[in-house]
Amino acid sequence: MNIDRLTYMANQIARAFEPQGHDSAVDQAATHINKFWDPRMKKTMLEGDRSGLSPIAAEAMVKVEAYVAARPASAW
Amino acid sequence: MGYEPQADFGTPASKSEKLVTLTIDGRAITVPEGTSVMRAAAESGGSIPKLCATDNVKSFGSCRLCLVEVDGMRGTPASCTTPVMEGMNVHTQTPRLQKLRKGVMELYISDHPLDCLTCSDNNDCELQDNAAAVGLRDVRYGYSGDNHLGLATDTSNPYFDFDPSKCIACSRCVRACDEVQGTFALTIEGRGFASKVSAGTSMDDFLSSECVSCGACVQACPTATLQEKPMKEIGKPERAVVTTCAYCGVGCTFRAEMRGEQLVRMVPWKDGKANRGHSCVKGRFAWGYAQHKDRILNPMIRKSINDPWQEVSWDEAIAYTASEIKRIKDNYGARALGGVTSSRCTNEEAFLVQKIIRAGFGSNNTDTCARVCHSPTGFGLSTAFGTSAGTQDFDSVMDSDVILVIGANPTDGHPVFASRMKRRLRQGAKLIVVDPRRTDIVRSPHIEADFHLPLQPGTNVAVLTALAHVIVTEGLAAEAFIKERCDWDEYQEWAEFVSRPQNSPEFLEPVTRVKAEDIRGAARLFATGGNGAIYYGLGVTEHSQGSSTVLAIANLAMVTGNVGRRGVGVNPLRGQNNVQGSCDMGSFPHELSGYRHITDNVARKLFEDDWGVTLDPEPGLRIPNMLDAAVDGSFKLFYCQGEDILQSDPNTHHVAAGLAAMECVIVHDLFLNETANYAHIFLPGSTFLEKNGTFTNAERRIQLVRKVMEPANGYEDWEITQLMAQAMGLDWNYSHPKEILAEIARLTPTFAGVSWERLDAEGSLQWPVNEKFPDGAPIMHVDGFVRGKGKFVVTDYVPTDEKTGPRFPLLLTTGRILSQYNVGAQTRRTGNVAWHPEDLLEMHPVDAEDRGLKDGDWARLASRAGETTLRVQVTDRVAPGVVYTTFHHPATQANVITTEYSDWATNCPEYKVTAVQISPSNGPTDWQEEYEEQARRSRRIAGTVTAEAAE
Repeated sequence: MNIDRLTYMANQIARAFEPQGHDSAVDQAATHINKFWDPRMKKTMLEGDRSGLSPIAAEAMVKVEAYVAARPASAW
Repeated sequence: MGYEPQADFGTPASKSEKLVTLTIDGRAITVPEGTSVMRAAAESGGSIPKLCATDNVKSFGSCRLCLVEVDGMRGTPASCTTPVMEGMNVHTQTPRLQKLRKGVMELYISDHPLDCLTCSDNNDCELQDNAAAVGLRDVRYGYSGDNHLGLATDTSNPYFDFDPSKCIACSRCVRACDEVQGTFALTIEGRGFASKVSAGTSMDDFLSSECVSCGACVQACPTATLQEKPMKEIGKPERAVVTTCAYCGVGCTFRAEMRGEQLVRMVPWKDGKANRGHSCVKGRFAWGYAQHKDRILNPMIRKSINDPWQEVSWDEAIAYTASEIKRIKDNYGARALGGVTSSRCTNEEAFLVQKIIRAGFGSNNTDTCARVCHSPTGFGLSTAFGTSAGTQDFDSVMDSDVILVIGANPTDGHPVFASRMKRRLRQGAKLIVVDPRRTDIVRSPHIEADFHLPLQPGTNVAVLTALAHVIVTEGLAAEAFIKERCDWDEYQEWAEFVSRPQNSPEFLEPVTRVKAEDIRGAARLFATGGNGAIYYGLGVTEHSQGSSTVLAIANLAMVTGNVGRRGVGVNPLRGQNNVQGSCDMGSFPHELSGYRHITDNVARKLFEDDWGVTLDPEPGLRIPNMLDAAVDGSFKLFYCQGEDILQSDPNTHHVAAGLAAMECVIVHDLFLNETANYAHIFLPGSTFLEKNGTFTNAERRIQLVRKVMEPANGYEDWEITQLMAQAMGLDWNYSHPKEILAEIARLTPTFAGVSWERLDAEGSLQWPVNEKFPDGAPIMHVDGFVRGKGKFVVTDYVPTDEKTGPRFPLLLTTGRILSQYNVGAQTRRTGNVAWHPEDLLEMHPVDAEDRGLKDGDWARLASRAGETTLRVQVTDRVAPGVVYTTFHHPATQANVITTEYSDWATNCPEYKVTAVQISPSNGPTDWQEEYEEQARRSRRIAGTVTAEAAE
């Protein structure tokens, strides 16, 4: 999967939740990605260059990482 | 069902709850107050002769054939215009009446061709029937006087003829055009003996006039004056089957009137609760594609997309398909396989496609074309209200006082519902339209929007937030409703946000380009005008903020208290016939039928137990993700039923690259569509006329699709998916879609009370149909929101990243036109091309002049994604800086231009905003020529004459 495209998508998601406040935005962005991204998309993002992520998206990815680690089926 | 025309009660039904009892010809009858004597007689089994009356339009009282005698009343009043009264004693058949009626009929027949035996309406003609009913045996005046018998027939319309020599000037057609359709294209020109039905001006014929070919006039005509061409060519039908239209999300029901296996005509079913006896040019007439020569009837396979197709038997095709699925699954794993269900196919077919993907392929890589249209609706309404669907039935609009149309063009996209809406507007409801274009609903005969907010494309959220700003800051919020029905804390947070100065109409005016005073006026009207209803379409969803816009619409409905009763609500106008149904059926990669997430262990186990398989517990890929993954090399097999993603999805170059990268593309369709250019297996599909099943329309109304002829390809589509499943070793043994529907009901709580038998008996049901709503729910959230408290979500305006600049200074927005449907695969193969033979580029006169372009010139349309050429239509429907085109024709391929920007929540493409430049052109682009050549080569079939391009 193209990391630039996934980075763009993650940042879009994070930006949409931004008005909810920082903590809530991080939680909701992570939940959204867990709910709607398939395992290979998450893996590409988690193993790829995260430097292009916005602060909220980057923090959300940390939570996504924990979610994936706890669910073997999420592995790609 | 044998062939009987539907009963015509002469005048519309009264909605009064007060009852009146009268006597007609000795029969005691009780009917609602306001009922005409004519209707009361018909409802009680009588039959008063009539010519100018029909129950789709108001009574007119012109033909003088329906005279009756009423005790105590002077003269012989017309029964169509005489309302019933308590204790009235009516006589409909007396010698005096017989004499009067015979005299009237004599005058009609003296100026009517006596060619009944060879007339196409023979035995189906109300004039003929009534001449018999009044006992006419002779015409004393002879036939040699002045008459209209020599008038020429207007054959300009592709579907029906107008033969004025047979016209009796009853005005039924004119009134149907006015009252039912609301176009006002027809009139009676001249006076007295010179009276003549005229379409448009005296210079026009039917085709050149403003007639939209809805068929209401043809349906209303009591003679052969206005008649479908197939009635002349084939003859009178001998049976009729009620089924559901396969075009837009209105879900009109029709009587398919048949002669043997031949479809003679589609007549709107008056008992259909979605269309109430009305139709549009597509459903009524544009069904010729079903028998078009381009249809592929034999399965075909090929090793490479560069090879010609090889026709094979069904057995060979299915075995090859199963072997390819197995090979790719063995080589790359289950998550390398996926497919799409079709919003043009039935619920049962969509359910089976997602089932074969989940239970057979072993992945959740299932998606549906709703991805590219209404996926933000599912996300937004589910978040705000708790249900991924609209809140009202169509009838609800007749109780609306203020109608807000945003990002929808109902007169073109949902014409039958638009006619109902226009009827309500003519009764006095107010109208607010939010659209970059001046669509027909903004201004048309007897309709004028109170406010048209011609926003800059991409600024929906800004406009909706500005409307909310006015409502909240001016104290117009429905606080009692909000306190009772919504989360008050969330409301307060939202209200604080929208009240900020930066969300005022004045501050946002430079962004939205809508006058602040108009936004203020529209907000005040919507908040204070009574029942406010919101109708929206793809102009809302197909944006990078599509889901935010749906949430903002839900906010607007809640802050004004407009949810949970008739006349209000949030109403997504669904594009294709079964968008709602395909979403309901678990087509999305993250959820099972009934919108239960795939990670929900309880829900997943229910399916696993029922299907006897273990399901992948992780969400799968959405269509754009599948294409990305294909380019990336991790997605290899794609099963595409009833969709043409190469033409309909954005950034054609990227779609083509994704398809070309796959090892096996299976296209299951009526035609060798554009996607099939990249396919390795072609499974011929069946039309809606050739199958049984159900569709669910935009009102959540589930209706039966009944087979009226055998599938020309040999199988209904659900049978083909089942053959694939069986070849893969799955134990599927459905013998009829009713068994699939039973499985859906068993596994889907909102469908628990739905069955084939109930639908057959009751006509339709609106989900949820379960213990709480045993007869369905025409209006949702009546006693509270499904999710509990309505949820206000802060939606701030985020500008799209698709920016105009020096290279691409204009904004392109795309849409559809009345006569064509989606990618045009069906409508391009019908007479509808008479109205729209090619996609045109609408440009404002200033933009056109700046570029040296005039009406009809060829222009090069270029964006960052690609370029194409098409002809220019200069019009002030669009604002300066905005251009518009449709995507119905593959030769144009408007989606070469659109980009990969998409909705943040759902990846629904941003079709509605693309930065473009336009310049004069003298012919097709290199890409168009290459594409045409590639399509020609791809459509070759070994052993046959080279298949022509779809065009």
